Amino acid sequence: MGQYMGQSVKRVEDQRFITGKGQYTDDIQLPGMTFATIIRSPLAHANITNIDLSAAKNAPGFVASFVGSDIPEAIAGVPCGWQVDFKNGDTMKEPPHPLLARGKALHVGDAVAVVIAETQAQAKDAAAMVQVEYEELPAVTDISAALKDGAPQLHDGVPNNKIFDWELGSGLDAVDSALAGAAHVTSLDIVNQRLVPNPIEPRSAIGDYDDSRDYHTLYTSSQNPHVIRLLMCAFVLGLPEHKVRVVAPDVGGGFGSKIFHYIEEALMVWVAKQIKRPVKWTAERTESFLTDGQGRDHKTKAQMGFDSNGKMVALKVETDANLGAYLSTFSTAVPTYLHGTLMQGLYTTPAVHITVNAGVTNTAPVDAYRGAGRPEATFVLERLVETAAAEMGVDPAELRLKNFIPPFDGSEDQPGYQTQVALQYDSGNYEGVLKRLLEMSDYENLKKDREAARANGKLMGIGLSTYIEACGIAPSAVVGSLGARAGLFEAANIRVEPTGSVTLFTGSHSHGQGHETTFAQLIADDLGIPIENVEIVHGDTAKVPFGMGTYGSRSLAVGGSAIVKSLDKIKEKGAKIAAHLLEASTEDLDFAEGKWTVRGTDKSVAFGDVSLTAYVPHNYPEGLEPGLDETSFYDPANFTYPFGAHMAVVEVDPDTGKVDLKRFISCDDVGNVVNPMIVDGQIHGGVAQGIGQALLEGAVYDESGQLANASYMDYAMPRADDLPSFELDRTVTPCPHNPLGAKGAGEAGTIGSTPAVVNAVVDALRPLGVTDLEMPLSPQRVWAAMQQAK
Amino acid sequence: MKVSMTVNGTAFEHDVEPRTLLVQHLRENMGLTGTHVGCDTSSCGACTILVNGETVKSCTLLAVQCDGADIKTIEGMATNGDLHPIQESFREKHGLQCGFCTPGMILSSWQLLERNPKPSEGEIRHALEGNFCRCTGYDNIVKAVQHASQQSA
Repeated sequence: MGQYMGQSVKRVEDQRFITGKGQYTDDIQLPGMTFATIIRSPLAHANITNIDLSAAKNAPGFVASFVGSDIPEAIAGVPCGWQVDFKNGDTMKEPPHPLLARGKALHVGDAVAVVIAETQAQAKDAAAMVQVEYEELPAVTDISAALKDGAPQLHDGVPNNKIFDWELGSGLDAVDSALAGAAHVTSLDIVNQRLVPNPIEPRSAIGDYDDSRDYHTLYTSSQNPHVIRLLMCAFVLGLPEHKVRVVAPDVGGGFGSKIFHYIEEALMVWVAKQIKRPVKWTAERTESFLTDGQGRDHKTKAQMGFDSNGKMVALKVETDANLGAYLSTFSTAVPTYLHGTLMQGLYTTPAVHITVNAGVTNTAPVDAYRGAGRPEATFVLERLVETAAAEMGVDPAELRLKNFIPPFDGSEDQPGYQTQVALQYDSGNYEGVLKRLLEMSDYENLKKDREAARANGKLMGIGLSTYIEACGIAPSAVVGSLGARAGLFEAANIRVEPTGSVTLFTGSHSHGQGHETTFAQLIADDLGIPIENVEIVHGDTAKVPFGMGTYGSRSLAVGGSAIVKSLDKIKEKGAKIAAHLLEASTEDLDFAEGKWTVRGTDKSVAFGDVSLTAYVPHNYPEGLEPGLDETSFYDPANFTYPFGAHMAVVEVDPDTGKVDLKRFISCDDVGNVVNPMIVDGQIHGGVAQGIGQALLEGAVYDESGQLANASYMDYAMPRADDLPSFELDRTVTPCPHNPLGAKGAGEAGTIGSTPAVVNAVVDALRPLGVTDLEMPLSPQRVWAAMQQAK
Repeated sequence: MKVSMTVNGTAFEHDVEPRTLLVQHLRENMGLTGTHVGCDTSSCGACTILVNGETVKSCTLLAVQCDGADIKTIEGMATNGDLHPIQESFREKHGLQCGFCTPGMILSSWQLLERNPKPSEGEIRHALEGNFCRCTGYDNIVKAVQHASQQSA
């Protein structure tokens, strides 16, 4: 440990953001650049019978236009990155997602044609002149309806719109018999509503083509530029990767929605080559609403059984998962391997089984949104536990404590916990976080306050939630065996410059997470150099060796571990040079505070002298290569398993149904922490999004498939005056299988907070007879539930 | 149409299409890309700037409406390289993550503190409700404004 690790170092990257010098994709202007406007279907399901471009082609500034049939057949469309086969072994249905629709539009916003002009305004003018004739078809937006016989069929070869069915766990017989023998069974039907991720920076893509070198460049608002390059080159455009550079510069938030390979990326690269000029597309906000990957949208039936002592004996879950009109990059993994595998929760339940039916509907594609499957799993578990506690008349905290997996640190004496749903948890102290949360909240007195408030006619509620998530994704061989079409390692190249400063090229990508600070802290401490001497480079395939990018709370646990591996190599080589300069053996050297010292003497050589020697190797170890530059790839041994406990305290206005969130308290365990300020910020942001789901947010598709709230005027996201200040603390249970002991913090807040808030509101209304509520808990919905219960 | 304005202390004159939005004019004609566009409905506040000392959402004004105006954007907040105390406070209190909403958030905070140098937490939250942030949960933005308020004591 040096002077930086564990400290709330102020962020290095902030200087450019607070002075307006950040460079996001739409800020980039290339010489001769043109502008694209995409003509999108106004209907959710329609045959495209004619596209008339004649007027547009005469518009001022017109450069070019393309429709689906202009794109070669060989460019079939963007792929899905994860194959989840049917229970009976049949291959997953995988309908194509063309860059521009080929004869049929499948959701409102589906891309039908593209017009390119000299200016953005001219492109919009010309696009407005394009006449598209549609033959409207019946649409289906609800997943359970889409899977039924007789529903409108979206794709050829996808009967009943079903992409796959899937199951995991102890077996249906085991859970059914355990439920049959249970002393108490709690049942819930749960809708986990569809959300729109809504990073404030709209998606943007610029294609550029240099015909003198046959070289493509794509600038894109992406969380993982190498993944985009791999998918686009290998599966879409058929380009060799050495002729394609993908740059993801500053990115204005992602939350999952900028992981996926979108049609606009490949389209801009393809168009740039056709017109031999750079071309930029930037989404308008409503375009983002209609085409960004959306989140959640599960309909679930769940049952949890208890014995007469209140011990959980079984959990049975059946989920219908809406994937939207096309299979987005990770869409198929979200309701399965990121959701079903978390159904053990923190509990010792001996029989757990989940089945999932996944299908397509005439809606925007659904994929990972912050938490991705784990919030949905946690919501099911924690609504069941809290409802069961109320039904059985026991304290919900006590019920959880009775059923928690006992503490284990992942050592040989306390090995990982094998769940009923494939995963093996790495380390955990679940009672530790809950007990700390109860202390922080002064739970016993809070319950007395609630009784007093109720006696005064006030609707006060307390809601708890505990969670576990699988992060730090993921061991490549494991995910490969489960259908992933990529490895999930990470790469780090550390270049020590001759005078001892350091540049890190990392495959992780920062779009708000503060890597330029956290990674610099790690490197500066390890090498004993000032943090100012470290530069972090990310987001450019022409600079970084490779990378799988940032999602699934993986940057520190996986990307950071790759950095540690490279640092170890740097120090190992540096020691050989130092030993030569000190005329000593490497075994006799200690490295600390930026210098190698011969143990027991005052003979030492500084890091900067060693690095200079590496590049000016006049007096140098025989046989050792010059230079000090090391690259590592780190493939994790297991997922990491952050966990925590959250509490919401609410008061509901009896006249209007408005929920006043009085307090939000969390105790999270994300393993070892490099920068507490940044980790707290990640929890804050996650909690705000989770509260947003509970109280405000939800994509509303009408029966014809129109997204009724496709703007910031209509889609309710948390604003500053919707939220309280958050009360945070943490426990630290290090990850036993990565060198930093880090578990990941990006999604924790979102996963734990949503059920805590819903549990609190249901608790507030329970004296009125309300036992369940469907999100979002808008005043209208809460008021209606109160009236119905009367 | 000819339009003249002073931006961050420098006088500019341009010939623009009448329909050009002020935010487009700043970003495309002057290269001031610190002012961002996050929506098209003046809901997100990422394009907030100062026109004659008042915060406005620059996606809702035409450039020609600002003929003769004195405009300040995020690029003009620092003085001779010294950050404004609000800029410093956002860094000090980790009031930003991805940075996209930050310029608008800083300018809205500036307006609040001009009008109310010692705002309560509730007043800060109310004053910033026209600016979306999806990253921070607003917690540290509130702390940043409080910190800036204390700096000017």
